[in-house]
Amino acid sequence: MNWRRFLKRRWWDEERAREIAAYLENETADNLARGMPPAEAAAAARRKFGNPGLVREEIYRMNTIGWLESTWQDLRYGLRTLRLSPGFTAVAVVSLALGIGANTAIFQLLDAVRLRSLPVRNPQELAEVKIVGGNHGLGLNQTYGELTRPIWQAIGGKPRAFSEMFAWSANQRYVGKGSEMRSFRGLWVSGEFFRVLGVRPWRGRLLMPEDAGACPVTRAVVSYTYWQSHLAGREPGPGLKLIVDNDLVEIVGVTPAEFFGISVGDNFDIALPFCQPKEELRRDVFEVSVMGRLKPGWTLPRASAEMQTLSSGIFEATVPPGRDARTVETYKHFRLAVYAAAQGVSWLRETYDRSLWLLLGITGLVLLIACANLANLMLARASTRERELAVRLALGASRSRLVRQLLAESALLAAAGTALGVALARSLSGVLVWAISTGDSSLNLNTAMDWRVLVFAAAAAVLTCAAFGVLPALRAAQAQPAAAMKAGGRGMTAGRERFSLQRLMVVTQISVSLVLLVAALLFVRSFRNLMTFDPGMRESGIVTGFLGFWQSNLPPQRWLEFKRELLDEIRATPGVIDAATTTNAPLLGSSWEHGVHVGAVEGSSKFTWVSPGYFDTMGIPVVRGRAFNQDDTAASTRVAVVNQTFVRRLLGGAEPLGKTIRTIQEANYPSTVYQIVGAIPDTQYNDLRGKTPPMTFAPASQLPAPGPWTGLMIHSNAPSAAIGAAIKRELAARHPDVIVELSDFQKDIRDELTPERLMAMLSGFFGMLAALLAMVGLYGVISFLVARRRNEIGIRLALGAERGQVVAMVMREAGRLLAIGIVTGAALSLVAGRGAGSLLFGLKPYDPLTLIGAAVLLALIAAAASFLPARRASRLDPMVALRDE
Amino acid sequence: MGKKPTQTDILQGTLDMLILQILAPGPAHGHTIAYAIERRSEEVLLVEHGSLYPALHRLEDRAWIASFWGTSENNRKARYYRLTATGRKQLSEEMSRWERVVRAVNQVLRPAQE
Repeated sequence: MNWRRFLKRRWWDEERAREIAAYLENETADNLARGMPPAEAAAAARRKFGNPGLVREEIYRMNTIGWLESTWQDLRYGLRTLRLSPGFTAVAVVSLALGIGANTAIFQLLDAVRLRSLPVRNPQELAEVKIVGGNHGLGLNQTYGELTRPIWQAIGGKPRAFSEMFAWSANQRYVGKGSEMRSFRGLWVSGEFFRVLGVRPWRGRLLMPEDAGACPVTRAVVSYTYWQSHLAGREPGPGLKLIVDNDLVEIVGVTPAEFFGISVGDNFDIALPFCQPKEELRRDVFEVSVMGRLKPGWTLPRASAEMQTLSSGIFEATVPPGRDARTVETYKHFRLAVYAAAQGVSWLRETYDRSLWLLLGITGLVLLIACANLANLMLARASTRERELAVRLALGASRSRLVRQLLAESALLAAAGTALGVALARSLSGVLVWAISTGDSSLNLNTAMDWRVLVFAAAAAVLTCAAFGVLPALRAAQAQPAAAMKAGGRGMTAGRERFSLQRLMVVTQISVSLVLLVAALLFVRSFRNLMTFDPGMRESGIVTGFLGFWQSNLPPQRWLEFKRELLDEIRATPGVIDAATTTNAPLLGSSWEHGVHVGAVEGSSKFTWVSPGYFDTMGIPVVRGRAFNQDDTAASTRVAVVNQTFVRRLLGGAEPLGKTIRTIQEANYPSTVYQIVGAIPDTQYNDLRGKTPPMTFAPASQLPAPGPWTGLMIHSNAPSAAIGAAIKRELAARHPDVIVELSDFQKDIRDELTPERLMAMLSGFFGMLAALLAMVGLYGVISFLVARRRNEIGIRLALGAERGQVVAMVMREAGRLLAIGIVTGAALSLVAGRGAGSLLFGLKPYDPLTLIGAAVLLALIAAAASFLPARRASRLDPMVALRDE
Repeated sequence: MGKKPTQTDILQGTLDMLILQILAPGPAHGHTIAYAIERRSEEVLLVEHGSLYPALHRLEDRAWIASFWGTSENNRKARYYRLTATGRKQLSEEMSRWERVVRAVNQVLRPAQE
């Protein structure tokens, strides 16, 4: 083919037309000269030349590219026919847009969370060093913390696999002074961090190796968003200083807006260099993530093999002190390996991966239903266009050309649906991000279109077009011209086969919507179970909080006393019923565990140190023995209250009172013997969904390694916001250098349920959408069927059939489709349910009640959808129906 | 829209060669060429003069001939064609091939006239 010629085909056509005109003029002139009369001369010239139209057409055809020209014609024709039925077009485009939009939105989120590379230089070279199989819960573990800082130092520059390495950690800390203090999202980095990642400063300079030295930290950089929102975009430099955790820090630069650190979904406020404290670094705090750029030629397995050989030296040199021999042995046998890190790290992956893939499956099924609907509409349309197609065939159109023409229509619909769907997806994914974000932790996800999303949308478009276009088009092109034309306006003959195709579509729709309804009900019920689940303690009317007073410069021996004073002041606040301190707020994720010996039994238990009044505040009854009181002091016997799981597992169900617990020693936590003085029922520990572990409570006064901070639980009868504000006001007035953070306990718990809420919300929405689409599909097919059988129904009525009988006849047809659909749908649900099992709370994926509920719901919807056309059929006037014939 | 074989299809090669040959002495416009072919082929090749134009278009597309607008002998506008260098080469190749074919056919039809 010749594009130049193709693009100039119109110009050539005009040129040749002029040339032909010139010929005719010349010939006419010659004829005149030969003595012909003028009229005769022109006619003779035209005879001599032949048909100018044909000549031009032949030349035009030489210039054009056949398939392109005919495709263009098909598309234009398709556009015209679609314009003729705006209702059909609107329904088709909107349902496709909903289907494709939902799919694209979910995929955008998956892309952002899982597939997108970090916005740094050559992200594909990045790799992370981690302990194979994790650290078995040893020591303190921070989010994204894979290694300790001593391990990072021991790794040093040893691995040859990496051209450059860096370490980072993320932690929430405090900036500002006293009651003005605010928490910020901190990013702690080794000196090489920004250079290795190739991040360029937006303003000033970024941190360099020379910024990392002895503590305290003196220089930091801030993120673009923090710079804008908290520093008013002031020029970085000696004039811009912040108090970070008590130290005066100069802001030397600003990172560019697109840089959010290494963890996808988060953002940071201030980035600070690691500093070397005067005392030795702790060897049991797993706080850093170590990454680097692999040298060319070093694959992950090769780099891992190298790390493996270095491992034993590294772990030998960094054994945490104060551990028992077995722990030390396990530690020394840890092995390091190298993992890909081009996509950074993200907590969202663990939390939402399964949900997102499942949602993608759900939206895929919704799209399938939409396609089945469209295919049905196309089939119905094709049958009304039977005569048109027959005429075209009779006039010599080839069947393949007809198929192409019908497919062009589908392609137009698919393209329009996709365009609208992609636009829709942009807002939908925004809504999704908003739905995942909880209160104060807004998600920072880049859901902008990238090539993956576009490829995904395009693939969805092609697949849907094929799904709803091909079959009807092939079917329509098989029309037998003679039969179709003979059959008159209504096709009595064309039928059975196309019908069964439509029936198949409806059965598919019903079964797939049953699957989606079952999923929706499962997730909604699971969420409801969680929301109404009794964790064994008071949830409402509780304010949970945190007090920090490291800026007060109190000596450690005063800390305990000061905490008690602060607590008393809080209890005195009007509206407060009771309040207690705790080292761990329950149900919100934090956890503290010690290895214990109970008699001969060795095991582990969660440990929480609480002030007297904790059990009253939380509404937890002490069923045996006593709660803590003011007589349990730092000097008195160590006492403990345990839960029933503790009694069952570590005491073998024996009487707990009077038994002793000996903790296994850890750094700062020497081996201690506690005497059990009370027992409480089982409550949830740090997660609403989890199983209750053995739990031990001990008095706050006997906490082995206290700090200048404490957790709070406050029971009040006033709204949390009001009571929180009152307490903050009181404390700020009397203790300006104490940090107070308060929030509503119940709201915090509900925020922890965001994944479940998201699943319930979305699967519920898609389930309803699916049912709606299936209803439309069933309605359409039953109406069509009734229209086709108009004569027959007319005859039946004329012969004396009751109207009720006609309704029953139509409903039977619908009932048959429904029954087949529900049986296959139930089978599919059972198969599909296995994927959802781990996301459910308090019920199994093959929950019979849910299955029956969904089937009944669908049956009701189907009955409603088929009753209307059935009634219409029964009201048919036999005379009118028969006269039409 | 399949193409249907026509008389020009069969004799296309011959027609092309004739056009090139007619243009060999110098430029001419469509009307002139048509009459020249009609005369020379005794109206076998060109029943209707119109069928000359697709051939001209094809040859021009292959760059064997080039065209320009000019004024005819009786002072009318007409599109003139002239042979290009490629066209000239093509003509001589076509002619020698044609002669070979004719000789071969002749030998089959009238074997060795002593």
